[in-house]
Amino acid sequence: MNPDPDTPPLLEARGLAFARNDEPIFGPIDFALRHGEVVLMEGDNGSGKTTLLKVLSGLVEPSAGAVLLNGEPLTLARLSHQVALLGHLLGLKGELSPLQNLRFAIGLGGLRAGITPNQALLSVGLEGFEEVPLRQLSAGQKKRVALARLLLVPAALWLLDEPYANLDREGIALVNRLLEVHARRGGAALITSHGAYAYTSGTPRRIPLKAVA
Amino acid sequence: MSYGTLWGACRALLARDLALLWRRRGDALNPMLFALMVVALFPFAIGPEPQVLGRIAAGTVLVALLLAGLLSLDALFRSDLEDGSLEQLVLSPHPLALLLACKIFVHWLTTALPLVAIAPLVGEMLFLPGPVQPVLLAVLALSTPLLSLIGAVCVALTVGMRRSGMLLALLVLPLYVPVLIFAAGACNAAQNGLPVAAPLLWLGAGLALSLVLAPLACAAALKISIS
Repeated sequence: MNPDPDTPPLLEARGLAFARNDEPIFGPIDFALRHGEVVLMEGDNGSGKTTLLKVLSGLVEPSAGAVLLNGEPLTLARLSHQVALLGHLLGLKGELSPLQNLRFAIGLGGLRAGITPNQALLSVGLEGFEEVPLRQLSAGQKKRVALARLLLVPAALWLLDEPYANLDREGIALVNRLLEVHARRGGAALITSHGAYAYTSGTPRRIPLKAVA
Repeated sequence: MSYGTLWGACRALLARDLALLWRRRGDALNPMLFALMVVALFPFAIGPEPQVLGRIAAGTVLVALLLAGLLSLDALFRSDLEDGSLEQLVLSPHPLALLLACKIFVHWLTTALPLVAIAPLVGEMLFLPGPVQPVLLAVLALSTPLLSLIGAVCVALTVGMRRSGMLLALLVLPLYVPVLIFAAGACNAAQNGLPVAAPLLWLGAGLALSLVLAPLACAAALKISIS
């Protein structure tokens, strides 16, 4: 899908800044994310990448500026089915199997057309681990389960916090492949990275996030 | 593409929490065993006279259940906060308060309901007078969900802090006392052959009020603790 200049961007930040107890964490920053775009948010440790994603997903109120989703101010109530967040905490239960975790995610967030939990697990390379309790899987495999969740829920905007962490080379390629497919069908993704790994396919737009002294 | 319904989301959450409890069924039985032990130890400590035991039976059962509920309360939202599930719940398109109400319902279902079910047996063990039995059951049916709801609000307020156990107890106990007073009041009235409607209605009113307000308060408090 070609970006159409007339439609409002999927996600737009205007003068976005956040301060905790009067101590600035990031910003002010401006950027726009259009359909079919993958943007890499680069910043050092402590530059506020995770906080930025929380603000963009509506979990945390910004101290200044605004987040616009499809041209309208972002509120938790308006998020419905548009944003999927993959944070440092994966939001998966160790006692349950990958399949049970995914079924819960579908019940909560809905299901994208033309995919089943089993297919999603297959495409992240976890075939044969469907019924194994998640706590017996490695950190990278857990991350893959969380990636399968992204494939299943019908969100157009992916907010990924360090998606390459804990993944092997094949896993990094997998994330890139998922991002490519997602962008091709009109979705958008914002990825944070401290720069050790990179989005290799294509040339994603990079936005530097500087720590506020 | 299917966006899922609110009912579907509630059902998924109920199924997940019940599956989790089944995986930890040993821990889930703890509150019940605790309450049974307390009730079973009283006759040993006080002596086997039926009059004395019958006099304190209702109160003993009430206090044992209240403390047993407190045991499992702290875990209500903790694991969800620690593994990020809570963020996913907040980001879900469904009203957080309703989803939390489902979680509180599971807590009540698994910690309080089994105890309510064995209450007649325990009452018999403590020589609880016959006419008080149905009143005790009614009181438990009304007060245990009330205790779960009040407790959940306090847990939601403290879950973001480390070592919140003591603070939780301090917050919860004063709020539990009125419930205990009305519950014990109904049992005492039944024991003395007085009408029991008033305290039962008070408990019912409290339950109706907290059924509506407690999930909303939980949702507001949890949103603060994840930010």
